[in-house]
Amino acid sequence: MHGITFDIAHLLAGSLVVMSFVQLYQDRLSALINVFAAHALVLALSVAWQAFVQEAPHLYITAVIALVFKAIVIPVALRRIIVRLGIHREIETVVGVGPAMLLGIGLVALSMVVMLRVTADADPLAREDLAFALSVVLLGLLMMVTRRNAVSQVIGFMSLENGLVLAATGAKGMPLVVEISVAFSVLIAFIVIGIFLFRIRERFDTVDMQAMDRFRGEKR
Amino acid sequence: MTMDALSGVLLIPALSACLLAALPGYRLTARLNVLAAFLTFATAVSLFVVEPKSGPYLLVDDLNKVFIVLTTFVSFTTSAFSASYIGHEIEIGRLKPGYVRFYHAMYQVLMFAMNLALVANNIGLMWVAIEIATLTTVLMVGIYRTHEALEAAWKYFILGSVGIALALFGTILIYMAARPVIGEGLNAMVWTVLVTHAAAFDPALLNVAFVFLLLGYGTKVGLAPLHAWLPDAHAEGPTPISAVLSGLLLNVALYALLRFKMLLALNPVALAPGPLMVAMGLISCVFAAFMLYRRRDIKRMFAYSSIEHMGIIVFAFGMGGPLANFAGLLHMTMHSLTKSAIFFAVGHIAQVKGTQKIADMGGLTVTHPVLGWGLVLGVVAIAGLPPLGIFMSEFLVVSSTFSRQPWLVIILVFGILIALGGLFMQLNKVAFGEPVGPTGPVEASYVPMFAHLAIVFMAGIYLPPALVTGFQNVAKLLG
Amino acid sequence: MAVIRDFAFQGTQMLLVLLLSPLLTGFVRKVKARLLRRQGPPLLQPYRDLIRLMRKDVVLADNASWLFRVIPYFIFAATWIAASLVPTFQSGLLFSWSADLIAIIAVLGSARFFLALAGLDVGTSFGGIGSSREVMIASLAEPAMLMIVFTLALIAGSTQLSTMAAFMNSPEVGLRVSLGLGLIALIIVAIAENARIPVDNPATHLELTMVHEAMVLEYSGRHLALIELAAALKLLVYLSLIACLFAPWGMSPPTAEPRLLIIGVAAYVAKLAVGGVLLAVFETAIAKMRVFRVPGFLGAALMLALLATLLRFVSRSF
Repeated sequence: MHGITFDIAHLLAGSLVVMSFVQLYQDRLSALINVFAAHALVLALSVAWQAFVQEAPHLYITAVIALVFKAIVIPVALRRIIVRLGIHREIETVVGVGPAMLLGIGLVALSMVVMLRVTADADPLAREDLAFALSVVLLGLLMMVTRRNAVSQVIGFMSLENGLVLAATGAKGMPLVVEISVAFSVLIAFIVIGIFLFRIRERFDTVDMQAMDRFRGEKR
Repeated sequence: MTMDALSGVLLIPALSACLLAALPGYRLTARLNVLAAFLTFATAVSLFVVEPKSGPYLLVDDLNKVFIVLTTFVSFTTSAFSASYIGHEIEIGRLKPGYVRFYHAMYQVLMFAMNLALVANNIGLMWVAIEIATLTTVLMVGIYRTHEALEAAWKYFILGSVGIALALFGTILIYMAARPVIGEGLNAMVWTVLVTHAAAFDPALLNVAFVFLLLGYGTKVGLAPLHAWLPDAHAEGPTPISAVLSGLLLNVALYALLRFKMLLALNPVALAPGPLMVAMGLISCVFAAFMLYRRRDIKRMFAYSSIEHMGIIVFAFGMGGPLANFAGLLHMTMHSLTKSAIFFAVGHIAQVKGTQKIADMGGLTVTHPVLGWGLVLGVVAIAGLPPLGIFMSEFLVVSSTFSRQPWLVIILVFGILIALGGLFMQLNKVAFGEPVGPTGPVEASYVPMFAHLAIVFMAGIYLPPALVTGFQNVAKLLG
Repeated sequence: MAVIRDFAFQGTQMLLVLLLSPLLTGFVRKVKARLLRRQGPPLLQPYRDLIRLMRKDVVLADNASWLFRVIPYFIFAATWIAASLVPTFQSGLLFSWSADLIAIIAVLGSARFFLALAGLDVGTSFGGIGSSREVMIASLAEPAMLMIVFTLALIAGSTQLSTMAAFMNSPEVGLRVSLGLGLIALIIVAIAENARIPVDNPATHLELTMVHEAMVLEYSGRHLALIELAAALKLLVYLSLIACLFAPWGMSPPTAEPRLLIIGVAAYVAKLAVGGVLLAVFETAIAKMRVFRVPGFLGAALMLALLATLLRFVSRSF
């Protein structure tokens, strides 16, 4: 399956990686939420395209779930949460933007090398989808590690899940079980986010994780 | 699906969860919780009697029969412990009464999820079950709503979710490896089918998949350096949850790892998963052993002890071979029973003394002799002294490794001895010496703790032959 | 006969770019003004400005060196060369064998270097500000540009512009991720190099916000005319580069057929117009960045270009 269909699938998967980088680059919380919504939108498009190319109609459901939940519902809800918490200010990152981007490039290189070497004789579209998916997962992980604010850690985690959805749809014919479970995890994660962010705010008057470090481990 | 024991162990917790979420009042729900756990246990035992056929979604074989029975048994005794323990917590105001329904419902959901993970035949279904189990424990760790509890729950959530995500990626890779051989669709995710074709899978893909699975499920097992969530979660959650986490959830995650290790073992070209597991196991064991010394919170200390024992178990499975695998399986069982017994004791102590700080407890054998000596017995068991069960399994690990890699034995024994020293030092502060702190009576029941310790004591002396052959069969399969 | 014809075509390109560049600058200004609901200066105003400047006396500072007087000519020559070499309406012109993309970047880079020297030459502080900012931008834009060149060269198989244009026009190029990333990176670099919003405001009169304008603050008369013409040519170069590499449709192959040539010229003028409109819209829609944020902006271009090269290197089919 070469030619234009292949290229479009690549373009969408590559755009997802680029959006992950754009997420790393953001230092304002409301901009971050917007970029995350765009990330989810690109994911939905990518999954829909896969559904079209693989002729797997159940993947359209996944695309719609990604679109509705992650591109619309969750960003709107997160925006309300940050308004209520009163944190429209700059995010302090633990690592600066420049080094974070360089690390991101390194992770992408690593995932490309690993996945492409390992899946040497599989279907080319699936291989490269997996390589991109792993890059998105690792970039989401990087974001969780380099951020101090709880909301941005959660966004990093959700973009990591987006990478997993990309991987699952790239694996042709994977049964609905996994797709449902991934959508399910979105729901549960959101419930947990809702509970925790409010509880954390209640208790700490802040969602800055560095402030919570006082309570880490033994009382120092 | 017919109404057999298999669906029984799943349906009973699920239905009880719904029921418990609806009923108010503490006494009724606590008793119902215990009843439901007992029924599940009874159903699980019947698996030994009548073995149901495996289907595309659920399976029963030698490996998970023992674990199902163990899990349901420990959850039954823990529910009995929790029934009296939580009552006291509500009285002193630590747990708000409104959360009781939530607590009991989540407890049963957790049982459901763990049972599902143990009997799942579909690797995706197993993943879903472990995820549900993680999420319920996250919610329960934060149930006291204090600063520390929230921080512990958040950390657990983040690290656990990352682990789960990596494990999912590994699962997808396994599917990718299986697809060219088995074909698309449901079959390529069914474990019994995967096992028969494993030799034909692409070894490179299997290797990468196993690395992801080891990192992902290894986080949930608590292997160093992925263990950061474990001490906090144990210390800040309610004691029954600590018992369940240490005794059961770590085991379930390890069980998942074992399933995948079996797949890898069947493929001759794939990377031997042994050295990786050995390394991680040793690091966990030694690291946790050192961390035991300076801990000031008693639950945190025993959490590190769990990490240490998980390290030993993973080391045993990494070494491989029938004897080491047998030792690992035995150790999983013994550790589960002993650690939950210890946490029961710790729960009693914390309630009596009103604190978890070791400095504020002392002279337990003087003020509460039954409890104090029970704790002493538990610590002796967990430290690996004869004639209790853990000594047997540690001895088997050491002897089977010694014949192959003597240097590793030195490190392992070093770790075990350091842990022994640490445990006894801390035990001394708690159980002996001048009595410190309040000396009110213990309100919860001693029965679960002593039941576990009795079994561990018996196992040290005599193991039923059926169990031995069962473990030996599985040990052979593990490669 | 053929040689004379080739010379004629090459000469046509050289004249065409020279004549079109002020028109392009005027066009962009007009569109920006119209978007801001102003009338704006007439389209031909830049020509009038250049003629006016040419007729004026040159005012030189006492301590200006000979370099200060020579640099405008040099900058103009370098930029004109670059503009003549980038394929516009036809690929494979007479001098196209020397139209290596790396050489063109080097030529433009040397022009920028001398401009920065000119800013420092007279010893005023504003010249110093302009030069140091310009060099800071260059230190990030140049690597990004080179990475873009690498990516394109890996895809097209050569750094020669005519070959690249021909390859991009052929059906085997497909819709690659690396090309998309390279395009975005090239647009960011072009904005930075041409001193456009958000990097620098070409219409500012506040010395503290200037980059390019600060360096040429001391110039007057014909020197200033040459520098302004060079800046206009540079904008044309970058637009032509983007058009030739990423939108090469309509470019005529090396032939004398009048129909194809006319189509080529028309397509080229149309592309310039579209590029101008897009640039004007972009400049109007976005605000100028503070200077300390420009490295982040250009760093993004560098990352994109690195990513494009990486994707290209690691898998042959990206």
